[in-house]
Amino acid sequence: MRVVFKTSYDPDIDLHDHAWKRWGIALLLAVMAALPFLVGDYYLAEATNTLIWALAGMGLMVLVGHTGQVSLGHAAFLAIGAYTDAALMNIGWPFLLSFPVAGLVAGVFGAIIAVPAVRMSGIYLAIATLAVFVIVEEMVILLAPITGGIGGIFAPTIEIAGIGFDRYAALDNFYWLCLVVVALVTWGYANLMRSPTGRSFLAVRDSEVSARALGINVTRTRALAFGLSSGVTGLAGALMGHYIGFFNYELFSIFISINLLLVVTIGGLGFIPGAFLGAILITGVPQLISILRDSANATLGIDLGGIPGLDTMVFSLILIGFIIYEPTGLYGRWLKLRVWWELFPLARRDMFRRQKTYLKTERMR
Amino acid sequence: MSLLAVEDLAIHFGGVKAVDGVSFEVEAGEVFAIIGPNGAGKSTIFNLISRLYEPTRGRIHFDGADITALKAHQIAPLGIARTFQNIELFDHSTVLDNLLMGRHIHRRTNFVQDILFLPKVRREEREHRRRVEEVIAFLELEHYRGKHIAGLPYGVRKVVEIGRALALGPKLILLDEPASGLSVEESQDVAFWIEDMRRDMGLTVLMVEHDMGLVTQVSDRVLAVANGRPLALGTAAEVQADPEVQAAYLGTGDAA
Ligand SMILES: Nc1ncnc2c1ncn2[C@@H]1O[C@H](COP(=O)(O)OP(=O)(O)OP(=O)(O)O)[C@@H](O)[C@H]1O
Ligand SMILES: [Mg+2]
Repeated sequence: MRVVFKTSYDPDIDLHDHAWKRWGIALLLAVMAALPFLVGDYYLAEATNTLIWALAGMGLMVLVGHTGQVSLGHAAFLAIGAYTDAALMNIGWPFLLSFPVAGLVAGVFGAIIAVPAVRMSGIYLAIATLAVFVIVEEMVILLAPITGGIGGIFAPTIEIAGIGFDRYAALDNFYWLCLVVVALVTWGYANLMRSPTGRSFLAVRDSEVSARALGINVTRTRALAFGLSSGVTGLAGALMGHYIGFFNYELFSIFISINLLLVVTIGGLGFIPGAFLGAILITGVPQLISILRDSANATLGIDLGGIPGLDTMVFSLILIGFIIYEPTGLYGRWLKLRVWWELFPLARRDMFRRQKTYLKTERMR
Repeated sequence: MSLLAVEDLAIHFGGVKAVDGVSFEVEAGEVFAIIGPNGAGKSTIFNLISRLYEPTRGRIHFDGADITALKAHQIAPLGIARTFQNIELFDHSTVLDNLLMGRHIHRRTNFVQDILFLPKVRREEREHRRRVEEVIAFLELEHYRGKHIAGLPYGVRKVVEIGRALALGPKLILLDEPASGLSVEESQDVAFWIEDMRRDMGLTVLMVEHDMGLVTQVSDRVLAVANGRPLALGTAAEVQADPEVQAAYLGTGDAA
């Protein structure tokens, strides 16, 4: 067990209360930054995709994990981000301007639709967000002059200060760009969660009546969470557009919304690292399955490729398994492992069983 | 001028007249208790003052202003804090964070400043933390500071909820059955805290409580209600001696 002696309030306010945690993050960032020198283009492209999914995952995490609202329509905000960015760049805006504006447009749109939507909860909110998704999809098709309609649209090549960030011609640069965006958003997200705004999100999630009695405007708090959530998702959408290169409305299907929900639930609701773990799983498992299938074909001569839908089925089974056996998500599992390791060999089996003692008074025990 | 004045307050849920014409005034610096049998409408009066419920008729004045038309989240900034009968804490947060959430009305930064965590945010956080530490010291919660609510014993959770209300820095605190489910020693602690709140913090206390020992010990005046209607108002001894009150508690007579 680590014991930390605190001599001021600052360690509790800081992002990390131990110096070694700061070093851990620095090391992780260094390895991530060095990735283009360590792996080939195929895996680098996969890593870029994972980063973009993690970004979108963080967007949804604010809402689902930290404010307790469900959205089935987040693909709509990916679409708004992607189309806004591409359309602005097509009329000559530089990426450095079009990118934040794309996030802003998605965020403001999210906040506006949130005002009526957040009065609903649970399944009703889910259905309302689904309706928003359908409307946005229709709008994309209708606004053909801007969005390319059913045909699709090219995401122009990114250039900043004369340096190219093309996803194919300069994949290393594009990867670094995504890494910087993800790092900045993660930092802002972590800041948010240690500040009054983040606490008000948690308050609204855990007890609406207390939140109101403490002076928290629940509607405004939820709308803010919705706006921040859709804004970050919009940023992810813009990057996704550049990553894919050429896209139409089909890129942002309902399955993307569902996959995003899986990212946050499997990763661990209410934990920022959960968005990353979920993104790794969602983007990595299909790759892993196809690699295993190919090797089964090559070494054992079993041609599983001939069975349609096998990938999807294995993938789904993994997801279902997680939801049933690890409801706290990958991050929850990691926390348990860490405690087990720190206490070794003292950890008890029932240590993580949910505590029910709080219903009894001390007298009754 | 009284701090809180409730005038002919009533709320009907369909046919149930949960509160039906209750009036009382709480003076600044007073400990005022509301007693009554189960279902008398005591918690409902609290929910009306908190503006969680919309009254069917009547008015509520606080500090000279009519607060009947305000929204629930506009009540805390006036200096009214409360606890709930069935503990409403933020279960997935630590004791410290729960208390910090009680500081919400004092936040001076907006979400953009928060996301960037500007130096101002840190300064504010230190100040919130300092105030919360005072509450922690007062209620002797040091041992539980970093613990999550979900794993805490009932008695501690009750105290944390009082702490969260105090962290708000209120003028008036509403305590809904602060001693229910507590051991004799814990109830005694609550009694001392209530006395300190009034004496040292200058708070006005409005509480609902079944434990007549506690009520007698700490309250200046007591209002007895039954079936949503006021029965008697006076000192604890006077109210307990009232035949209508006794009838209401024994369920005999037709005090309703
Ligand atoms: N939201 C509501 N909808 C319908 N009826 C309600 C509602 N809130 C309270 N009531 C009814 O109002 C009456 C008074 O309830 P209240 O909770 O105020 O009683 P109480 O005096 O606090 O009782 P206890 O001592 O058991 O806490 C009860 O009959 C209750 O069923
Ligand atoms: Mg009650």
